Amino acid sequence: MNNKYEVIIGLEVHSQIKTKTKIFCNCSTEFHCPPNTNICPVCTGQPGVLPVLNKHAVELIVRTGLALDCTINKKSVFARKQYFYPDLPKNYQISQYELPFCEHGKINITVDGKTKTIGITRIHLEEDAGKLIHDIGSRQLDYSLADYNRTGVPLMEIVSEPDMRSPEDAAAYLTSLKNLIEYVEASDCNMEEGKFRCDANISIRPFGQKEFGTKAELKNMNSISGVQEALAYEVQRQIEVVESGGKVVQETRTWDPNEKVTKSMRSKENAHDYRYFPDPDLVPVNLDDEFIDNIKKNIPELPEARRARLINDLGLSEYDTDIIISDKALADYYETALKAAQDSKDGAKLVANWIITELLGKLNKSDLTIKQSPISPDNIGKLVLLISKGTISGKIAKTIFEDMFKDNKDPETIVKEKGLVQISDEGAIIKVCQEAIDENAKIVADYKSGKKSAIGALVGAVMKKSRGKANPQMVNKVLADLLK
Amino acid sequence: MNEIIKMSATELAEKIKNKELSSVEVTKAFLERIKDVDPKIKAYVTVCEDYALKQAQACDDKIAKGEKLGALEGVPIAIKDNILIKDIKMTASSKILENYIAPYDATVITKLKDAGAVFVGKANLDEFAMGSSTENSAFFTTRNPWNTEHIPGGSSGGSASAVGAMTAPLALGTDTGGSIRQPAGCCGIVGVKPTYGRVSRFGAVAFASSLDQIGPMSKTVQDSALLLNVIAGHDTKDSTSINIAVPNYLSEIKNGVKGLKIGLPKEYFIDGLDGDVKTALDKAVEVYKSLGAEIVEISLPHTDYAVAVYYIICCSEASANLARYDGVRYGFRADCTNLLDEYQKSRGQGFGDEVKRRIMLGTYALSAGYYDAFYGKAQKVRTLIKQDFEKAFEKVDVILTPSAPTPAFKIGEKSSDPLQMYLSDIFTISCNLAAIPGMSLPCGFSKAGLPVGMQLLAKNFDEQTMFKTAYAFEQATAWHKEFPKI
Repeated sequence: MNNKYEVIIGLEVHSQIKTKTKIFCNCSTEFHCPPNTNICPVCTGQPGVLPVLNKHAVELIVRTGLALDCTINKKSVFARKQYFYPDLPKNYQISQYELPFCEHGKINITVDGKTKTIGITRIHLEEDAGKLIHDIGSRQLDYSLADYNRTGVPLMEIVSEPDMRSPEDAAAYLTSLKNLIEYVEASDCNMEEGKFRCDANISIRPFGQKEFGTKAELKNMNSISGVQEALAYEVQRQIEVVESGGKVVQETRTWDPNEKVTKSMRSKENAHDYRYFPDPDLVPVNLDDEFIDNIKKNIPELPEARRARLINDLGLSEYDTDIIISDKALADYYETALKAAQDSKDGAKLVANWIITELLGKLNKSDLTIKQSPISPDNIGKLVLLISKGTISGKIAKTIFEDMFKDNKDPETIVKEKGLVQISDEGAIIKVCQEAIDENAKIVADYKSGKKSAIGALVGAVMKKSRGKANPQMVNKVLADLLK
Repeated sequence: MNEIIKMSATELAEKIKNKELSSVEVTKAFLERIKDVDPKIKAYVTVCEDYALKQAQACDDKIAKGEKLGALEGVPIAIKDNILIKDIKMTASSKILENYIAPYDATVITKLKDAGAVFVGKANLDEFAMGSSTENSAFFTTRNPWNTEHIPGGSSGGSASAVGAMTAPLALGTDTGGSIRQPAGCCGIVGVKPTYGRVSRFGAVAFASSLDQIGPMSKTVQDSALLLNVIAGHDTKDSTSINIAVPNYLSEIKNGVKGLKIGLPKEYFIDGLDGDVKTALDKAVEVYKSLGAEIVEISLPHTDYAVAVYYIICCSEASANLARYDGVRYGFRADCTNLLDEYQKSRGQGFGDEVKRRIMLGTYALSAGYYDAFYGKAQKVRTLIKQDFEKAFEKVDVILTPSAPTPAFKIGEKSSDPLQMYLSDIFTISCNLAAIPGMSLPCGFSKAGLPVGMQLLAKNFDEQTMFKTAYAFEQATAWHKEFPKI
């Protein structure tokens, strides 16, 4: 255990901005296209080409900045960050150095029930690089292949203050940040597709010490849990270095997810000098109040507002609400399902229950996300509607749910095909109940002698006879009446 | 000599329109002239004979069908070989792009195509437009048509020499620190650097992005105005091009200079100025006086810093702009064993000495710890130079200076001394730093028979006053009627 050292973590997140076209040309940003099909003279750095800024990318970064409580700079400047690499066609990246679009923001995170605020230093806009391929399947190539489809896809780099104190803080920060960016619809944040990437700066210092310790920069973490693991490893490594009388050196380290260790990549002496200077091909961007106000007005509902609405307008419990708003996709799923449930009695609660207890559990087991759910939100809504109309019982609904999970069939269709409509016809129910009474004289005698719980056995008999289709509430009532 | 090649572009356009001449006939005359004299002049890196004849035939077909014609319908033009014409080789006179075929049209080329111009060839330049003599071309040095022992100026030396030698009535050049005006002066023709942002840079190989500008080169002032009419204007593909209306540069050209205030900056009439140049300029001043212009002495106090500021800014920007030439995606790639080797050898063998010198200077100036002292400081002084002009233009309408300190020097004379070479641009550099328009036009000859050029500078986007001033002088003198005997 670590009681002596305070951990200091700051994160740099790169998130692909969701625009249809690239940041400085008209090429598509579509993912999964054959290599080098979304390219043009501009994004492959041919002689004579010039960049023209995609306005939508600016709108989305400003929207993200506003959602993160940032100051939006009225004047913003692009700079060239220079280094040679084959995935970077111009051998400089158009990025920002002085005067990024957004600065001085913050976001709240919750860890172990405690809420704290993490500062956002800045958010700047830049272009993504291409992709290099060094092997095909297991075959190592003795050359590299370059795919420039991703070159020029807009990225925002979100730099946090060194405000995190544990790997758990870092994971919570990433989860909250990712969720917020999804809420403002600025990025898909898909980590597997590299649309949301994270580098970490981490150092330790004895509790009480004011100065920061020497930091290491960690790269190559491909998931939030990977970031947490890498940071946890690095905390231990740095403590061991210090405890054994050594000094942490400033360096860049890469996370090896297979060996679960961080490895030195390059030292400070070998750090790049990027020779930033303002890009003379792009004039400074001046944002007027109208532009910013317009974005402010059209900002999609943020998690806090959605939370208030679900609790106050729909009467959902705080517990359910917190689960549902924690993921924009889940909250969207919930609201779509609720709409399909129309005005079911207790619809808000019932839909939430079905999603939280049944669907999420099932998805978890199958290792699926809500977006990959085999059941559409419409069909969950319809299922709840069938229950609330009394067409099916809750018990039957569970069997239908299992079927729906297999092939997303409309629950009404399943009900019809399998003849699962609940019997709510009073005459029919009286008939079955009478049969059950006639066939179970002993139980009836028990009941009449005061053993009221015996009615359960009678209900069971009725349900068995009706193959589960009799409306349970009505059966209870009818039996009680008949036995009076 | 075929009379066609002596005609101005304006005349040619008229005669083609009136069907007195066909475009094919005109184009053939210039292609013939290229065959005759270009082996001596070496103005062209590529002659586009088939391409040009096809274009010319298309123009003639349009004329025959009575279709709407462009302002330069059927008129040949030479294009500096750092401007891209789709499907034609574009070398920037560098080994690193020796076999590069342009994948798209520069915006000026699209505009010229729409106007009906015929591309006869790609003109030689100092590699990547870095130089003042074309001696830095990776392929060969272009000769001055007035004396082939002398340089044609640079970097647009091929364009200037092509027009001077009458192998094309028009040419496009690019001007970063005088690369249109200095060679125009050397070759006895007109060369215009428009206001920064007036002409789209899209499709011109970037040397120093904040200084580069494409401009017209021609035998007469009117022809340059005609060509600027075609290429000027806002371009959505160039964020630095400016969205203000383009006037008709021919509309006020004949209005004269009566009452016009012409400034003579004292910092430009210095002791080192060549005697012949001084004499020619003095005479020009007299001509303007006789035409009713008022001559005013002015001061541009930060002139001394211009060369230093210019070389820091242009090298810094060039060091980034030229990073893309690495042999990875296109261009020259050396035999190599790994990535670092590939970069070092391809760039080491692909670039010439002057280009490498400027990349190194620029890389140094932008390095951590040096940025503020060099690039940052240079930008501040650039602002002061800009303000010098703003103040001067409160007093005068145009500024008159020599285009270069000397007439064209001999080939080899300065090629071993880069600093001496840099000083040949001493009078043209400030104009780019200040972003204002400037032009050079012929104003006489040295005793040795080499042309002398004078430079006119005007306010931002006031090319019209500049053209008017130039035209008045041209019409009052006969320098534009002189042709080299080659």
